[in-house]
Amino acid sequence: MTLAAGVGQWGRLTAETVQAARHVDVWLRLLIPQMARVGVDSVPIALFIALFTGIVLALQASYTFTGAIPLYFVGVLVGKTMMLELGPVLTGLALSGRVGANIAAEIGTMRVTEQIDALETLAYPPIAYLVVPRVLAGIIMVPVVTALAIGVGIVAGWITAIQLLDMSSADFVNGLTLFFLPFDVTFAMIKATSFGFIITSIGCFFGFNTQGGAEGVGHSTTRAVVVSSMAILVLDAFWALVLL
Amino acid sequence: MGIVIRDLHKSFGPKVVLDGFSVEARDGETLVILGGSGSGKSVTLKHVVGLLTPDSGEVEVDGQIVSTLAREELFELRRKVGYVFQFAALFDSMTLAENVAMGLRRKSDMDREAIAERVEECLRLVDLDGYGERTPSELSGGQRKRAGIARAIATKPQYLLYDEPTTGLDPVTRAMIDQLILRMSDELGVTGIVITHDMDSAFRVADRFAMLHNGRCRFEGTPDEIRACEDPVVRGFIEGRPELMEKES
Repeated sequence: MTLAAGVGQWGRLTAETVQAARHVDVWLRLLIPQMARVGVDSVPIALFIALFTGIVLALQASYTFTGAIPLYFVGVLVGKTMMLELGPVLTGLALSGRVGANIAAEIGTMRVTEQIDALETLAYPPIAYLVVPRVLAGIIMVPVVTALAIGVGIVAGWITAIQLLDMSSADFVNGLTLFFLPFDVTFAMIKATSFGFIITSIGCFFGFNTQGGAEGVGHSTTRAVVVSSMAILVLDAFWALVLL
Repeated sequence: MGIVIRDLHKSFGPKVVLDGFSVEARDGETLVILGGSGSGKSVTLKHVVGLLTPDSGEVEVDGQIVSTLAREELFELRRKVGYVFQFAALFDSMTLAENVAMGLRRKSDMDREAIAERVEECLRLVDLDGYGERTPSELSGGQRKRAGIARAIATKPQYLLYDEPTTGLDPVTRAMIDQLILRMSDELGVTGIVITHDMDSAFRVADRFAMLHNGRCRFEGTPDEIRACEDPVVRGFIEGRPELMEKES
């Protein structure tokens, strides 16, 4: 599949997903379980990454700034970096591995074992049943997980600053609030929402297009993770260009 | 109104699978389609429910041309059709009861209690009563196949399509499934198409036979007619004598 053909087919699936959203009776009861799988189940890995990112950010900022820039700028760097970049992107990359792979493998297995055909014969629109709740869950829950990750990253940076660096809590909070703009939160949430859409829709796309048996499922899963990770990085640059 | 397949053509890349296949399953009868592996039997069945679109030709089900139906009309038609998949195609994230209830939730106006009762009834029919809370991974191959049949018959469809319903099953289970197919036809007037390699089972359930060979209908007739058929391809297949078929090829 060429890049252009792949993007075209993914675009078509996206359009069909929007159309299929009218079958509310089909996807509504599946939304909460999918939100739990996409969001709640992803919280531990996202927070684990955020925790250590916050610690490292604080230590590296201190290492870079000492003797040149006032140390309260550690708060500025941790806050801005977690909010604008590392919170959304690292959470997105972690979820593309966890959620995107899971979706591609599950739907791919359903494809090769004729479960998707079975859905059709039982008069369930497969896109409404499989894609809509997953994509909606991604759009809703990835921003929530990202927000938690940003919070944990900042708190980790703050604790690191007051415990390991020669900083007071007031210094850190002063830095944190110095250049804070409410738009930073909006920016982070726009990115996270788009990442949620990308991760889940690409996972569904590769799952739906799985061919063959177990090997085909493996290929789809790998490609879903690779492509969604790349798409996250491209989108990250896109939002920076467009919104900053 | 039955199922009419007219001049069906289907290719996958350079491989021609169906090359003008025509056959009819008349109202209330069970048509058995015979044919070697890879001859296009399952492909034919998938055209009947619109899972595949023909390159040319048409399939008429209940008076409607399947390939011309809009998506919503196709779903309406599928409410009248039950499909038994070759490898059951059970939803592995659900219990057996949930699998059987899937079609009822979508295809009927039954409330929860009525659905639960119907699920129990269907599981009993295929000798799986008490298995409702198990998942497909906890079932044997034969049990999965029977569960697939329970799911297909749950909505009391007018048309039932069986893709190798008895392949790989023990003789007792095969006989039980044959009886079930006969019962669907005799008591409920269901029009059925059965794809099978199992000749014992085929002769038990068939009102008529069709044989698919090289993408076309090689034979169509009653069980007596197929027994008396002199065509070496048909004889070779039903008697399991490949030398007859090879000579003809």
